[in-house]
Amino acid sequence: MREATIEVAGTRLGYREAGAGATVLFLHGAAGAAWDPLLDRLSGGYRVLAPEHPGFGRGQVPDWMMSVGDVAFFYLDLMQALQLRDVHLVGHGLGGWIAAEIAVRNTGALASLALLAPAGVETREAMFDDIFAWTVEEFARRQFHDAKLAQEWQRQQAELDIDIGLQNRTALARLGWNPRMHNPQLPYWLHRIDVPTLLMWGEDDQVVPFGCHVPFKREIRRAELVALPRSGHALPIERANEVGTRLGAFFRGAKG
Amino acid sequence: MKTFFFHLMPYADLDLSYTERHNSAWVTLPNSYFDRAVGQKLYARYIGELELADQLGFDGICVNEHHQTAYGLMPAPNLIAAALARSTKQAKIAILGRALPLVSNPVAVAEEFAMLDQMSGGRIITGFVRGIGTEYFASGVNPTYSHARYYEAHELILRAWTEVGPFRYHGRHYQFDYVNLWPRPLQQPHPPVWIPSQGSSETVEWCASAQRKYTYLQTFSPVKSAKKAFDLYRQVAEREGYESQPSQLGWAIPTYVAETDEIARRELKPHIEAFFNKFLHYPLEMRMPPGYSSIASTKSLIESKFAFRMMEMTAENLIELGMVVAGSAATVRERLAAYARDLGVGNLIAMLQIATLPADLTEKNLRLFAKDVMPYLREDGARTPRRVAEPATP
Repeated sequence: MREATIEVAGTRLGYREAGAGATVLFLHGAAGAAWDPLLDRLSGGYRVLAPEHPGFGRGQVPDWMMSVGDVAFFYLDLMQALQLRDVHLVGHGLGGWIAAEIAVRNTGALASLALLAPAGVETREAMFDDIFAWTVEEFARRQFHDAKLAQEWQRQQAELDIDIGLQNRTALARLGWNPRMHNPQLPYWLHRIDVPTLLMWGEDDQVVPFGCHVPFKREIRRAELVALPRSGHALPIERANEVGTRLGAFFRGAKG
Repeated sequence: MKTFFFHLMPYADLDLSYTERHNSAWVTLPNSYFDRAVGQKLYARYIGELELADQLGFDGICVNEHHQTAYGLMPAPNLIAAALARSTKQAKIAILGRALPLVSNPVAVAEEFAMLDQMSGGRIITGFVRGIGTEYFASGVNPTYSHARYYEAHELILRAWTEVGPFRYHGRHYQFDYVNLWPRPLQQPHPPVWIPSQGSSETVEWCASAQRKYTYLQTFSPVKSAKKAFDLYRQVAEREGYESQPSQLGWAIPTYVAETDEIARRELKPHIEAFFNKFLHYPLEMRMPPGYSSIASTKSLIESKFAFRMMEMTAENLIELGMVVAGSAATVRERLAAYARDLGVGNLIAMLQIATLPADLTEKNLRLFAKDVMPYLREDGARTPRRVAEPATP
């Protein structure tokens, strides 16, 4: 895995990259950029690109970044700058929301879309709890199904630079404070997504409730839903093998 | 020195055992804790206490804005100010302040203040704040825009007060094609502006700049922090080429006067401890929403101030830190006069009703303060230039 930066539309973007083959563009969730076990696994068969969203990490929130829609345009610019074609776009949580906003704008460079417990769409029946009111402990506890993994993850986070954690929360708030972690307009445009789409969701997700899959499934014509029993939100860590296998099969089926 | 009576209008009947079930007196404390009939009594009582302060000769009376909290029942402070504009005669009415970033229409704030200025005969002092972190949970306003909205709203309000309309304002957060205030404020060029804060250096520098010279008000903090903020104000003034006056500085502090030191401490103790431990009680996540402050100040707050706030405070250590003044009239006036000299502050904003402090003790406090403390402070203050830098007198 190598780390690099690229300048896109006046903004410097950091990303991690590994593997060779068809391109998987992975968009991270609210917890911030990390080389999760899922990415390691996927890089065995694909060229995996995992950017850190603008404003996250050591960056500053750019002036232009006022909504997830802005970030979507930014990533469309990135794909153009890197001349990416037939991309398998994968997003988790916040990253799933960004991926959906990219796909409603333009699927021209996409081979497929995989949304892992995406934020961005809320239903009256399944509303999000307030992520910004959670303590670090609660944030960790809610990500994972397995309490031990949550503790382990929290221990790792505590070793990271506190500046990065605070910056990640600031960037997340810029995108998801109001409306909380969703875009009420997004369901009206999901029908524009015309590439094969895989929805994967932990049935016990305590961050983005499982019930939020309904509008995605209903509005995206070629969407298929995989519900993972006894699973929480942190699919790229906690369910890396299962999700990796499913994604591999989905990518192969979506080719051409 | 000028003396002001500052009322937070807390929900004084709060069941303090709420902390066994809830972790905040702000935003998430269920309003089933609010008894409707008690509410009516409290508003009548509190407005009466502010009116009494006017009759007792206080230079001013102060209200402020907080949302969804037992800490203060004034989500719309201008409503209280409007009632006071009619029922009081002499005292300045200070609204400390409106939380600008929370509003979607700053022109409405300019209009309301202009109305109050007219209705009070030019007695209002306006205050602009960002609101504390919890207000961003209560209002839904994005805390990462807090500073930007504050500065934009401030600019718009000042222009609305001082420029001939109609004019057009197209900002990043606020857009208006017609800004044309009817009524204009009575005071010229505009009502005084006071800025309450807990000592952020950015705020102090902004207030002290020569183009503003806003009165800076340090709220509820140890005397050491107040000193630091006031010194910074004076330094900035010097750098900007003018000498700042004591009237440009204010200090807000809970104050309690009784017959003797011993009685004062005994009577105040449960109420001041309730204030700091129960009413000013919220989780860190709510106090510091992301983007509300810079990463650097968020970090320093987490490390220093908040750690100290989270401590269980006792009346004794609050007095020790200079966060409260309590005692006989002689003790209180000596303490306050000494603080005033050390701090070079020309406005004392005394909070004389504190959390659960009942009506009888509040009235005793007000009367003793007015009779045996205030006159002394006035004389003492006469040695400092009083006339200068009062930004606008009718």
